[in-house]
Amino acid sequence: MSAFDPSEITIMVVDDELSVRQSLEAWFQDDGYSMLTAENAAEALKRMQEQHIDIILLDIKMPGMDGLALQDRIREFNQDVIIIIITAFATVDTAVRALKAGAFDYTTKPVDPDELSILVRNAVDRIRLQRENTALRESIDHLQFVDDIVGDSPQMQKVFELVKTVAPTDSTVLVLGESGTGKELIARAIHMNSTRKYFPIIPVNCGAIPETLMESELFGHEKGAFTGAQYRRKGKLEMARGGTLFLDEIGTLGLKSQVDLLRVLEDREFHRVGGERMVKADFRLICATNLNLEDEVKAGNFREDLFYRINVFTISLPPLRERQTDIPQLARHFLEKHCRTMNRTVNDIAPEAMDILKAYDWPGNVRELVNAIERAVVINKSGTITPDDLPMQMASRPASSSEDVTLADVERRHIERMLANFDWNISRTAEQLHIDRVTLYNKIEKYGLKRP
Amino acid sequence: MRSMQVVRIIPLGAHPRDVSFQSLIMGLEQVLPLQCRVEAIPMDIDAALDSSRKQYHSTELLANLVSLPERGEQRVLGITPYDLFIPVLTFVFGQAQLNNRAALFSTFRLHNEFYGMPHAAETLQSRCLKEALHELGHTFGLRHCLELPCVMNSSTYVEDIDLKPADFCLPCREHLQDVC
Ligand SMILES: [Zn+2]
Ligand SMILES: [Zn+2]
Repeated sequence: MSAFDPSEITIMVVDDELSVRQSLEAWFQDDGYSMLTAENAAEALKRMQEQHIDIILLDIKMPGMDGLALQDRIREFNQDVIIIIITAFATVDTAVRALKAGAFDYTTKPVDPDELSILVRNAVDRIRLQRENTALRESIDHLQFVDDIVGDSPQMQKVFELVKTVAPTDSTVLVLGESGTGKELIARAIHMNSTRKYFPIIPVNCGAIPETLMESELFGHEKGAFTGAQYRRKGKLEMARGGTLFLDEIGTLGLKSQVDLLRVLEDREFHRVGGERMVKADFRLICATNLNLEDEVKAGNFREDLFYRINVFTISLPPLRERQTDIPQLARHFLEKHCRTMNRTVNDIAPEAMDILKAYDWPGNVRELVNAIERAVVINKSGTITPDDLPMQMASRPASSSEDVTLADVERRHIERMLANFDWNISRTAEQLHIDRVTLYNKIEKYGLKRP
Repeated sequence: MRSMQVVRIIPLGAHPRDVSFQSLIMGLEQVLPLQCRVEAIPMDIDAALDSSRKQYHSTELLANLVSLPERGEQRVLGITPYDLFIPVLTFVFGQAQLNNRAALFSTFRLHNEFYGMPHAAETLQSRCLKEALHELGHTFGLRHCLELPCVMNSSTYVEDIDLKPADFCLPCREHLQDVC
């Protein structure tokens, strides 16, 4: 190993007691380490956002988010930072919990100087090993935390490039793509590869919230702001503080909410419904839609000024049928994943089954593929997925049908197919089709569709 | 090298038992270009006592030293017979302001008797000198040194103190020559 320079190791002390922070800071400064302190979870997360930290000396008992909760939070986005728990009240129980949740070690206050030195020296040894390993891996740069976004096709490579480009900036992003193409995954990938990754990403499905509740959903409300507002409630904008606000199906946002949102984006502040105090808006905005927003603007359903606000950097996700070369890789990825979560052993997909998957046109995109594989894993008995494990209509259906003449024909066939995909689960099918259940029932009746 | 650095040595609380300040000063002045003088001024250190731990809060004692008006010295070195602690740690041998004026150490755990061994006058005296050099080293901007033959090596056991010499390694010495 190369000569060791302690100043290249950054230690953060997280403790609500000032005297503890100061004494540990001074003590480790004498060893030459770079020191930081934080008096609570929020400050600790902020520090982590600002700079790289190698070791965290973490107190368990703190007001607000306690040490164990903070550790869980940190582990969601950072597997590498070494966490050493220092607590005044040691119980075997908390020790076990802390270690299981990924703490490096655990000690009780007051600690022997020697014990603390050894703890930290062990941690430093591990960091030095890690650094040597990452130095080896560094040549391959890859996106983090985008497990389910799979694809070698040129279209997806382009998408990855765009994500990589825009993630570190704070730019607003608009993700376009058909339903089921994975727009939320892209939003998450951008978030997790940005400087805001230590704060939450808050998704809001604009299509699922009635216009009347949208204002309180976004901005929160004070107690008594309106009939039924019995408690003060934090809105999504406040919850996203420091992080990312993901507005899915932005095209369905009502006109009143569009005005509200536009105002926040312009003023960078807002107030809760029924409240006086202005709250600073500190979030990155990512929007997604499967609608053509320009058409919506022309039709008067979407404000032009809001459209220009959100249409800064666009990422278009290709429908699955346009990247058929990715299908085998995706299918295997989700096969492995479903086997893991369901604790099943299905090792492979037979070539005939794979041919069917490749030939199918996937109107429900990746989400439909995920469902098909999940279903296949459940019903499979042989250990290899065969055509029998796949939904019937996949094999029988040609990529496009000459019978479809009128729009109604297309709608009927599409609804029929989607119902079959979801085993006639009305709620899930309606969700996929972006219509409510009543509408779906009406259409089933209109076209005389029957469960096979 | 600049002009002699003047160090004011101040006993905190009682005078440490069996420790000769005379020989400590001789040792210090041999190793570093220092001019040391002892000044026994009454200081009320009761506020730094943690009665449940029966130890003195080292940082607070250090603050007492810092608050003393300057009297021609560049450094103040406190010496106390009482056991020292900082929050989180069970004890500390001493403490110093990095690159600043004040340092202190305790003789409490430097006595062989503390470890159930017979009194050893020379050993005690040599441990005091090493602790004094170490903490003063911090005030001259030195951090812990990983070289084994160096007084700036960090000690968490009294045996660690015995292992290191009452002198600085070459790189640490070069640093000292630049600052004092
Ligand atoms: Zn030291
Ligand atoms: Zn040295």
